[in-house]
This record gives sequence, structure tokens and C-alpha cells, in this order.
Amino acid sequence: MATSDIKTSDPGIDPKTGEFRVIGPGQTFRSVTEKITRIVLTPHTPLGWFALFAFAGGGATVLLVAITWLFLKGVGIWAITQPVAWGFAIINFVWWIGIGHAGTLISAILLLFKQGWRNSINRFAEAMTIFAVVCAGMFPLIHVGRPWLGYWLFPLPFTMTVWPQFRSPLLWDVFAVSTYATISVVFWYMGMIPDFGTMRDRAQTRLAQYVYGLLSLGWRGSTRHWMRYETSSLLLAGLATPLVLSVHTVISFDFAVAVIPGWHTTIFPPYFVAGAIYSGFAMVLTLAIPLRKFYGLHALVTERHIDNMGKVMLATGFIVAYGYGMEAFMAWYSADHWEAFMFWNRVYGPMGWSYLVLIICNLAIPLTTLWSRKLRTNISFMFFISLVVNIGMWFERFVIVVTSMYRDFLPSSWGTYRATKWDYMTYVGTLGLFTALFMLFVRFLPMIPMNEIRMMLPAAKITPKKTAKAGD
Amino acid sequence: MPAREGTYGLIAEFDNPSDLVRAAKQARHDGWRRMDCYTPYPVEEAAEAINFHRNKVPLITLIGALMGLAAMFSLETWINVLAYPLNIGGRPLYSWPAFIVPAYEWTILWAGLSACFGMLALNGLPSLYHPLFNAPNFRDGATTDKFFLCLEALDPKFDLESAKAYLQTFQPLSVVEVEY
Repeated sequence: MATSDIKTSDPGIDPKTGEFRVIGPGQTFRSVTEKITRIVLTPHTPLGWFALFAFAGGGATVLLVAITWLFLKGVGIWAITQPVAWGFAIINFVWWIGIGHAGTLISAILLLFKQGWRNSINRFAEAMTIFAVVCAGMFPLIHVGRPWLGYWLFPLPFTMTVWPQFRSPLLWDVFAVSTYATISVVFWYMGMIPDFGTMRDRAQTRLAQYVYGLLSLGWRGSTRHWMRYETSSLLLAGLATPLVLSVHTVISFDFAVAVIPGWHTTIFPPYFVAGAIYSGFAMVLTLAIPLRKFYGLHALVTERHIDNMGKVMLATGFIVAYGYGMEAFMAWYSADHWEAFMFWNRVYGPMGWSYLVLIICNLAIPLTTLWSRKLRTNISFMFFISLVVNIGMWFERFVIVVTSMYRDFLPSSWGTYRATKWDYMTYVGTLGLFTALFMLFVRFLPMIPMNEIRMMLPAAKITPKKTAKAGD
Repeated sequence: MPAREGTYGLIAEFDNPSDLVRAAKQARHDGWRRMDCYTPYPVEEAAEAINFHRNKVPLITLIGALMGLAAMFSLETWINVLAYPLNIGGRPLYSWPAFIVPAYEWTILWAGLSACFGMLALNGLPSLYHPLFNAPNFRDGATTDKFFLCLEALDPKFDLESAKAYLQTFQPLSVVEVEY
């Protein structure tokens, strides 16, 4: 749809540029503050919230059951065995942490590129990151078989003087993921400090005033504080950018350093990072579209955001497509017997259906339709696409982990992989845990950064002459 | 902050950032030094108006980054070369390229923590009490939609009546005296 086709009478469109507005018209400092704080400070929790929270909490309970049984019986309850020694746990680990990456991308990289539209969505994208990392981080820990020895991963002075081996990507992963989790939490919390100040000042009940007052650390909006705060945010963004790129790179090393055909390839780091951002943006859309609908945030999360996220998905989707193409090309070009067989087996073997699902969900559906602006701004279509890409990216990891391993070098050791109910329960359980944590976030924390939205309002423009009242 | 008696300062309330910046610039020009602006979002022009251009957060972050780098790299070297030497496929014990990755992550970890906690320390936060919270109009506005200029009583030029009259010349919404 060309720009000329857009109705200029649409209030969501800026008549000067023909683009969708980042923030709907007619918002003032106070109106955006009210809109965002009201969601949290209202004493009335919507019934729908309870319903969804109960549903998600049920999912989290399933996780608890699955993990309890796992701790009692060991990892044998999962489908992992020879030749497929890595199963759902690693698939889910990579999938979840990939989802987290979009949050950091939005909060850090788009901040450095001065993309103002990110401001409305960065807070809940960061929350998404943290909850996704919580879900992701659990899998390696419960996968080690003896989770009570999980602390062996860290270089701690034990009495038996055993130390970790720093030449292994699996240990690099420990540092990459733990750093990522820590920095994400710090960035997220620091971003909320001024908003906690606002919440403290707007809260009506004593308890809310105390709690938000403590969380705000006594923020009072001094200009000197703000300037140090801005410097610090910018530095954290500059640090989080190489961090987020390194995390999925290191995760791809877990595979790429192995000699398994289908893993041992140099395309993995960029292809993993692009895939992470692809799935992460899909998850941001999956969360943002219902949120803006149920909480009436159409003026703050506009068609512009949905449209831009569609564009990012289109771009990263093509990098992912390039990755798939390169895998196929290298299988032929390397002239390596095992590599070529692996690829043939991946596409035409007994698990070829999973490759087909991946191609349909990640390439065929999104990369043909996201070109159209009309479809990118069609909210229900974008919600559908986001679910499709989430599924597709899960299957990408399934394809990488399982179809590279189930028919290895010796036909006598070939096997198959069929996930058990405990695998499914653990996976579904993390979806429940993630949703439950996100519901708590939406209920108790400001989900849109108010101070950053205020900066973007027309009233924030410094004019040399005496101006009319704020908010015009 | 030591316990004090009397007046902390005077705050003038504005309803838009432009008036605040103009007032702050003029006050600085007129020789006021102990003053600050309070805004609901960062207003860079206000910082320039009160002559606050640099801060030490980048330096603290750099120091943190270098410490993280040094800490992890030397830990790895000590463990894999001295404390627990392991022969992994005949690789040299001091296989430093493999040590880069965790050292890189810790550089970022320590830098990020230094940036955040350094910022808080320089800002004197957490400090849950501040005299400004006593002003009746401060908490309703300063974190929502009002812009405040505060002339502090510690400034040598400060005299309650004349400072009040001075602030009135900027036509603020109100001028309020803040007690400790």
C-alpha cells in the first residue's frame, strides 16, 4: 500500500509525513502518566486478569510437577538417549533465550540508534527478556542430571580443589547467560526508578506509597541526577549491545564447536543471533497486541510500532533464510559425505516433516506477506504471524538439535526421538511460568516507561518564547 | 545529610520546560550557584542552564570494565595453568584465546554494574527522605508534569524575602518555601 492510499483523515496518521504516529494525538504529560499508572494503582483487578493468571499459574504448577518428578527419577524420564542426547531441554533453552534477545535489542540497540518509537514498548520487552531468561536458565540446570551440584559450574574454591575447564563453550555459556541475566535485570530496574517515583507520588494507599517509595530509592527528578542517569542508561545500552550479540553467539558455539554434521558450521553465530531477534520480535508482538487491546493503550502502542516490528521481522527473517540457504549450499559445496547425508536426511528423512514446518512457518508465510504495509498494520494478521514465527523458530531449534543427531555416522547406531509427556509438560510449564510472571509484571509495575514517553510529547519541546499551556 | 533546621530553599513551579530553562539560565547568570532543577523527565537544556555538563559515570564504568576484564582473565589463567592444569586434546595450558570469552562477558558485567551503582552513588541514592518532599506541590508535580527550580538556602546570595521576589519575576505558577 503506497503512502498516497492512506486516508489522511485517520487520526492515527500524521498528516505532515503520512506515517503512523508514534504516540496518538492529544496526549499530555498528565494524561500519559494517568493512563499508565492507573493500570497498576487501581484497586480493581480485572476479572480477565485473574482468569488468565489462574490459567498461567496452572501451567506453572505443571512445571513444578514435571521438575519434581525429574528430580526424583533423573533425566531418564525425558526422551534423551543415544544417539539424540540433547532434546527438548536444549531446544527450549535456545528458544527461550532467543526470545529474550528482542527485549535487549529494543532497549539497547534501538536506543543507540535513536529510534524514538521503541520507548512505548521497551519496558515490557525488557520484562519479557528477563522472564524468558528465567525460563531458559532453568533448562541447563535441570538437564545436568544432578542439579544439586549445579554450583560446580562456577569457579568456586571447593575443598576437593576441582576447577572448571575454561576452554569449553559450555562454560562460556555459564558466564554469557549469567551476565546477560544480571545486566538485563539491572537495566530493567534502573529504567523503572524514575517511574517508581511517579508511582510513589500517585499512589493512594499507604502500602503502595511505601513499596513504590522504597523501589524508587528516593528519586526526585533532580537535573543532576537525570544527567548521570542518562549517561548511565546510554552506557548500559552500549554494553548490552555487544552482550546480546555475544550471548547467542556463545550459545551457537555449543553446537558449532562440536564435530556433528549440521552443527559444525561457521554460519551459526550470525544465524543464531538473527533467529533470536526474529523470534523475539514475534514474542513482543504476541504480548503487545493483546496488552494494547485489553488495557486500551492504542495511543501509546500504535500501528507504527506494529508496522516497524513487522519490518524488523522481515529483515531478520531474511537473514535466517540466508542461514538455511547456506546450510544447504555448504552441504553440497563441502563435498563432505556426512554433511550431505545429514542435509538430505533432514529434508527427506523420517523427520522431514519438522523441516517442512520450519520452512512454512519461518519463510513461506512471513517472508511473503510482511512486505505489504496493509498486512503489517493489520493487527489480527500480525498476531497470527507472531504465533506462526514463534512456532517456526521452535521448530528451527528442534531441527538443529534432533535431526542432526538421530542418524549419525554409523547406521547401526541410528535411532529416533520421540518426546515423552514429561518433556511436553516441562515445555508447557515454562510457557505457564512465563505468562504468570508477565501477568504479575503487568499488574504491579509500570509497563510503559513514562519518563521516556513524556520526552516525546510535543509539550516537551523547548521553545525560546513564552509558550501556551503544556500539552497543546 | 546532617539534620538541619530552618529553610532548605525556595522552589518555583512552572508548567512547561521552556519557562524553567529560561529561569534557570537567568538565575545562573545572576550569580546563583546552589540551585537545581527538578523535572519529570530528563531536560538537557536545564542541565546546561545550571552549568552541569560532565559527570563521572563514564570513568567509573571504565574502571569497572577493566577490573572485570583483569579479574576474569587472571582467574582463568590461574585455574587452568596453575591450580588445576588439565590436558584437553593436547592444547597448551595457557590457551588464552579460549579465555577471552568469559573475560569479555565479565568486562561487560562489571562495567554494567559500575554504571548503575556508580550512577546511584554519585546521585546519593537511595535516600528515601529529602526536604523537597515536604513541599506540598512537589510530589504532585515533579514526577508527573510540573517543572521546578530550587534556589537553595546554602547559597551565599540567599535571603528569603528577596529570593522570593526574585523568583516571582519569572512568573511561575507558585513559589514555595521548603523546610527541612
